[in-house]
Amino acid sequence: MIRFEHVTKDYDGKRALDDVTVDIADGEFVFIVGPSGAGKSTFIKLITKEIEPDEGKIFIDEKDITKFSQRQIPGLRRNIGMVFQDFRLLPNKTVFENVAFAMEVVHYTRRTIERQVPQALVLMGIPDKADMFPDSLAGGEQQRVAIARAIINNPKLLIADEPTGNLDPSTALEIMRLIDQINKRGTTVVMVTHAKDIVDRMDKRVITIQDGKVVGDQKGGYGRHA
Amino acid sequence: MLKSLSYSFKEGVKQLFRSKVMTLVSLISISAMLLILGLFFFLSVNVNYMSGKIQDEFNTIEVFLEDEVSEANAQTIAKSLANMPEIANIEYISKEQGLEEFKQSWGDNGYLLNGLLENPLPNSLRITLQDLSGGDLVAEVCRTTPGVETVRYYQTEVNKILTVTGAIQKGALIIIAFLIVVSVVVVSNTVKLTVMAREEEIKIMKYVGATNWFVRGPLLTEGVLMGGISALIAFAISNLIYGRICGAFSDQALMLFNMQLVEPAFLMSSLIWIFMSLGISIGAFGSLISMRRFLKV
Ligand SMILES: Nc1ncnc2c1ncn2[C@@H]1O[C@H](COP(=O)(O)OP(=O)(O)OP(=O)(O)O)[C@@H](O)[C@H]1O
Ligand SMILES: [Mg+2]
Repeated sequence: MIRFEHVTKDYDGKRALDDVTVDIADGEFVFIVGPSGAGKSTFIKLITKEIEPDEGKIFIDEKDITKFSQRQIPGLRRNIGMVFQDFRLLPNKTVFENVAFAMEVVHYTRRTIERQVPQALVLMGIPDKADMFPDSLAGGEQQRVAIARAIINNPKLLIADEPTGNLDPSTALEIMRLIDQINKRGTTVVMVTHAKDIVDRMDKRVITIQDGKVVGDQKGGYGRHA
Repeated sequence: MLKSLSYSFKEGVKQLFRSKVMTLVSLISISAMLLILGLFFFLSVNVNYMSGKIQDEFNTIEVFLEDEVSEANAQTIAKSLANMPEIANIEYISKEQGLEEFKQSWGDNGYLLNGLLENPLPNSLRITLQDLSGGDLVAEVCRTTPGVETVRYYQTEVNKILTVTGAIQKGALIIIAFLIVVSVVVVSNTVKLTVMAREEEIKIMKYVGATNWFVRGPLLTEGVLMGGISALIAFAISNLIYGRICGAFSDQALMLFNMQLVEPAFLMSSLIWIFMSLGISIGAFGSLISMRRFLKV
């Protein structure tokens, strides 16, 4: 699903990722951990082509995205669901409209949208919030909306950069359960997190990044290297 | 394609209503710009029209003949003058005809001339020039022609008037061009505020995989709609103002000076197109410029 081959990224001469080689298979669930400033978000941004590597190749679904033109980026992102710590919902659209937006972008018909959005909201446990605006929702609820939006088009890949960072522990756990469910339906999940307890509890593959280098890659357990 | 268009339109309209204050500010500023622009357009068109009329009216030379010159002799003089290439037309005006025309030009007050015991006007030749540049030469030739008493030609006066009207027109054009630039800046700034308020939103749209045109579409529609609506507002107000101005000019006193304005119907039919195309391009241009830097996510 995702393959990094000797990827290096500098920000104005400062190295953020250093010769990273990683292979993530279809359907895997991978945690990316490491101290602040290690390069985790940089890793994620490279996958979505928000930034370009200075060296190396990045394959998504066997396609070298470093060769993609500007015009191919929207197509790439439509196949990737993204969830962020700060939710990133459109403030002047309702919950329904926020989720529907991801479908409008891909030109689904109104009828399909009206059928699928409520289903996604049910799946996320917030069917009654459809007509509310994001700022009237609790953090956990906002993140559920964001996840609904991320998965509404059935992406093969879900990327989450500290999705539980702004949530209290019990809400975080509920969100994790949802993400795990999505992975069980076949979606590859790559999740950046600082939450040691979650990583330990979930028992998944953990890639540890430190000072821009991959210093650990094993099944289960946080912190052996971090 | 059709679906994207209708999406852009719907979203654009929705946004206009959601950010009411922004919309109102933009509408007022664009309409105000167009309105001022329209006033200078009125000025320019009318000055142009008047200077045209002045040229038409004053590209004639009146040659007054001595009393002894018979009509036959006058025709001979006319024939010999008609050879000059600077002359477009030459016409013999008898003293009776001259008086009649004079009365008419006084309009309702013409009856005052009925009291005259004797016709004070001489017979004359009325020369119409090809254009004003040949005027001096023709006037000079006429003066030296035997049988000619005086020659009336307002060259210096006409030139003075034309210099003034030319300057007014140039000034109006410069101001119009300046106003167009100012309105593009105003619109692009207002739209930039809207876009900046939505910077996050645009970023999110791009994260979800929206193409640049998918993001631009609604904003462009918004700009175009704002421009179009402003054009209509400005047009309605201009229509009103010009109607008033024309009303004031049709006043009797001004009629006597032959100060007529361009027909409102004629002027307005071109003004609506000017406003519409300007408003829409200002809106579109303004919103596109302001979006440029936000689309590089
Ligand atoms: N746009 C940027 N310009 C310059 N330097 C940057 C930029 N983005 C990140 N960096 C630097 O690159 C390094 C890696 O940043 P990155 O955001 O990937 O860290 P991170 O592992 O996600 O940290 P955190 O856990 O705090 O989110 C940091 O030293 C950071 O300061
Ligand atoms: Mg980060």
